[in-house]
Amino acid sequence: MPRVHIPAPARDLTGGEVELEVEATSVRRLIGALDERFPGFADRVLEDGELKPGLRVAVDGHVRAMGLLAQLEPDSQVHFLLAIGGG
Amino acid sequence: MATVEDRQFRVEPFPGGTPGNQRLVEEGRLPDYDVVGTRPIRHDGTDKVTGRARYGADIKLSGLLQGYVLRSPHAHARIVSIDTSRAAEVPGVHAVCTNADMPSADHRAGDLGEGMVDWYHLNQNVLANDKVLYTGHAVAAVAADSVHIAEEAARLIEVEYEVLPPVLDVREARGADAPVLNDDVRTDRQPAGETGDTPTNVAKHFHYEKGDVDAGFAAAELVIEREFTTETVHQGYIEPHTATAFWSPDGKITVWTSTQGSFMIRMQVAELLDVAISKVKVVPMEIGGGFGGKIAVYLQPVAAVLSRLSGRPVKLNMDRSNVFDATGPTPGSYMKVKIGVDAEGKITAGEAELLFEAGAFPGSPINPGCMCVFACYDVPNGRIDGYDICVNKPRSNAYRAPGSTHVALATETIVDEICEAQGICPVEFRLKNAVKEGDERVDGVTYPPVGMWETIKAVELSDHWQSPLEGPNRGRGIASGFWFNFGGNSVVAATVNEDGTVSLIEGSTDIGGTRASVAMQLAEILGIAAEDVTPTVVDTDSIGHTDVTGGSRTCHATGLAAIKAAEDIQAQLRQRAAMLWDVESEQVEYGDGATLTGPEGKTISFQEISGKLTQTGGPVVGRGSVNADKHGGAFGTHIADVEVDPDTGKVQVLRYTVVQDVGTAIHPSYVEGQMQGGAAQGIGWALNEEYHYGDDGRLHNASFLDYRIPTCYDLPDIETIIVEVPNPGHPFGVRGVGEVPIVPPPAAMANAIFRATGVRMRSLPMSPPKMLHELLASDG
Amino acid sequence: MAKQRIVSTSINGNPVEFLAAPRQTLLEVLRDNLDLIGTKEGCSNGNCGACTVIFNGRPVDSCLVLAVEAEGGELETIEGVALTDGLHVIQDAFLGQAALQCGICTPGFIMSTKALLEENASPSEDEIRFHLAGNLCRCTGYDKIVRAVQQAAEGVTN
Repeated sequence: MPRVHIPAPARDLTGGEVELEVEATSVRRLIGALDERFPGFADRVLEDGELKPGLRVAVDGHVRAMGLLAQLEPDSQVHFLLAIGGG
Repeated sequence: MATVEDRQFRVEPFPGGTPGNQRLVEEGRLPDYDVVGTRPIRHDGTDKVTGRARYGADIKLSGLLQGYVLRSPHAHARIVSIDTSRAAEVPGVHAVCTNADMPSADHRAGDLGEGMVDWYHLNQNVLANDKVLYTGHAVAAVAADSVHIAEEAARLIEVEYEVLPPVLDVREARGADAPVLNDDVRTDRQPAGETGDTPTNVAKHFHYEKGDVDAGFAAAELVIEREFTTETVHQGYIEPHTATAFWSPDGKITVWTSTQGSFMIRMQVAELLDVAISKVKVVPMEIGGGFGGKIAVYLQPVAAVLSRLSGRPVKLNMDRSNVFDATGPTPGSYMKVKIGVDAEGKITAGEAELLFEAGAFPGSPINPGCMCVFACYDVPNGRIDGYDICVNKPRSNAYRAPGSTHVALATETIVDEICEAQGICPVEFRLKNAVKEGDERVDGVTYPPVGMWETIKAVELSDHWQSPLEGPNRGRGIASGFWFNFGGNSVVAATVNEDGTVSLIEGSTDIGGTRASVAMQLAEILGIAAEDVTPTVVDTDSIGHTDVTGGSRTCHATGLAAIKAAEDIQAQLRQRAAMLWDVESEQVEYGDGATLTGPEGKTISFQEISGKLTQTGGPVVGRGSVNADKHGGAFGTHIADVEVDPDTGKVQVLRYTVVQDVGTAIHPSYVEGQMQGGAAQGIGWALNEEYHYGDDGRLHNASFLDYRIPTCYDLPDIETIIVEVPNPGHPFGVRGVGEVPIVPPPAAMANAIFRATGVRMRSLPMSPPKMLHELLASDG
Repeated sequence: MAKQRIVSTSINGNPVEFLAAPRQTLLEVLRDNLDLIGTKEGCSNGNCGACTVIFNGRPVDSCLVLAVEAEGGELETIEGVALTDGLHVIQDAFLGQAALQCGICTPGFIMSTKALLEENASPSEDEIRFHLAGNLCRCTGYDKIVRAVQQAAEGVTN
């Protein structure tokens, strides 16, 4: 099952849980499933149905250009990160 | 399977370089390429050594007007009124504009690919109409027959200010009593946290936590906690900002400018002027350095508005003082960092509190600072808090590995202190604690294959490390650093010419030789010479969306696009050969030596088939379009030898070596050049560079005489050791090179200074007055 | 604006007359009036050397020379360095040693190098670094520029 890393500022919603297994085949579905378990989670990461401005999703350590549409494998690891500007 | 420690390495000269240019080679593993790793003359070189290359300020157009921007003399003031009537009456003046001539902007976030912008804040930064937030903040602009007339007219613009107290220090700015710069800013807790509800200068609070930090420190034998400060610094590109714009009567806006990202300029101009992006064409001129500072718009929308008002093309150039006053800088900072180690010198926990100046509007590189602070080491338990804090200085911008240089000063000098206290060699400590594949950063991300350990190994094997340093007041220090690198959007189109050459067009503006490194990757795939590819950087109407040249992404991502374009050409040529030979294209192979082979020993060279394209269906154009997301992070470790003059506090660099994992070096000369240039900037940041502000918030050293960047007389030869741990996300293994080398120098210098003097410097710059003060204090 | 004056000079071996206002710098006239845009502006106050030209045999920051001061003088700019049948040995050396990245400082460095090698055909590394300290480069860290000057010096003496 894909595993998702809960960012520290959102652990108030998950009762301190850092990493969770979530049955989902895409990032969008993963957020939906998390929001069912931890109401309010979707509001932390979504705005008008899209990822909040600047928020990125990394799957297996790589920020995915597909964002919410990125597909998940059973062993995927998901992170929410902020866009990083280089020089 | 052999562990990394069992592998055999040696350091040897990198072919084609000078003796100071070396590489780390692993026994039995040498890259085998024809073009990659060679050193062809760069394609744009002749234009640049003959003065024919056209940079931003070199554009000439018929009817061109020159403009001048009026800037705030105050660091913090409310604009009560602006009266431009007298300026408009000056003979030779064709247009005067203020923020009122731009569409109003609202608070929406714009995504510039690598970073975010709030359109209202950008609108206010381009031309203020509410408050001025730093000296040099633009408030109005004039277009006239000459720049002298424009300047004289601008001085007749009457701006009434209500002067407010400025706040310049991050610790003061976050205090409850501090003047608030932007009444719309609330503290945004990231990632995925809640937003505050009171006006504040603290725009963002990043928080990362991993493991059990308290238990980690409790398990430590030695815990060291230190505070650090760094001053505001500037990227210091030699070419000032410049923009020329023509707003045509048909509604099309053309902008000629020097930028790291023409598509990002297009997006910003379109958004700020409320026109469709298809109405804006950005023509990228050659760019005279950027380092992160030439991504945001300053002059471009203003020149366009002046053009609309005058009906003529308008050019705006900044002078050097404008560049220092109003652009650039990368933040000053306050940092408190704590690291614990066990008796064997293994890190047990790390904690960091980082305060970065955002400048006038939110947007410092505090997040990468947080993510980089412990990035070099396997830190099992960590807690990081980072704050983005508005102060009355120019809106901060990216500068080469943004945020990482600051935090490396803190972590790497504490590591050196730990080594000193525990009697461990700094190389041994780093070999023991270096991150490897599978290690998890404090932000939770797990590393793919990375080369931190290999850079330390190269240091250990280097002539520099193995040569003793002797003499009084001399010392040697090492330090490591990390940057993520980046992928992103890139497009390449490549046309096969009848003579067997390829014309390559791309959207990545070329700051340091990327035309060559991109062309070389296409040449490698096709099996032709780098010289047989002609790369050209084109405008935004002529190629698909391409992200900025920044974040060390271009050689990786635009290189990937070039590789895809080459593969597309190969596929099409196989079809053409199949047509010529009356076979199926599956029976044709594109093999080594740029030769296509078919059944029954049929062969045709790339050059031959290039001459037969019109008779087989027309010209062949290869396309490559990527949104690359398999970039590879990279590490560097530097060795610095210094001598400190005990009478003056001046630090002289005696010898310097840059070791860096670049994945694969496409054009080693330009890879070495990035490593050397980044190190030189880091040395300048370490020893001299800083913004000097008065208490009134005015910048006192807005010139290259007083903001002193290193000259060639200040620096020694800069030796390089290229480490090549391939990035699995790129066919040749490219990681990127430009960012990392600026990160380690301040810490490497501070560690060397300690070995030379016994004094720990925890405040940048380590300039003679500060150095002497510390030396005298330590004597007393 | 004050009355313009006619200035007679020689640029890259050719007699040139131009009109200049008293307050115009040589840099401004070269770039704006004479279309010699190879000379670059980095600071306009003599700190960076990007606008270096050779004036009566000496390297000068053209931003610190008033155009009217060029009266009767001989000027060499980057446009006059290449030969009709190829690049000058200094230009070849800068390309061969990859001594430029963004290239904005390169014309100034080439002019300063030309002035150096005309005065001292085989300078030591220390002499090279001392002589070129008035030219700022932010990209290269200078290492490859110094190598290029050394290579050019060998080419000049051979």
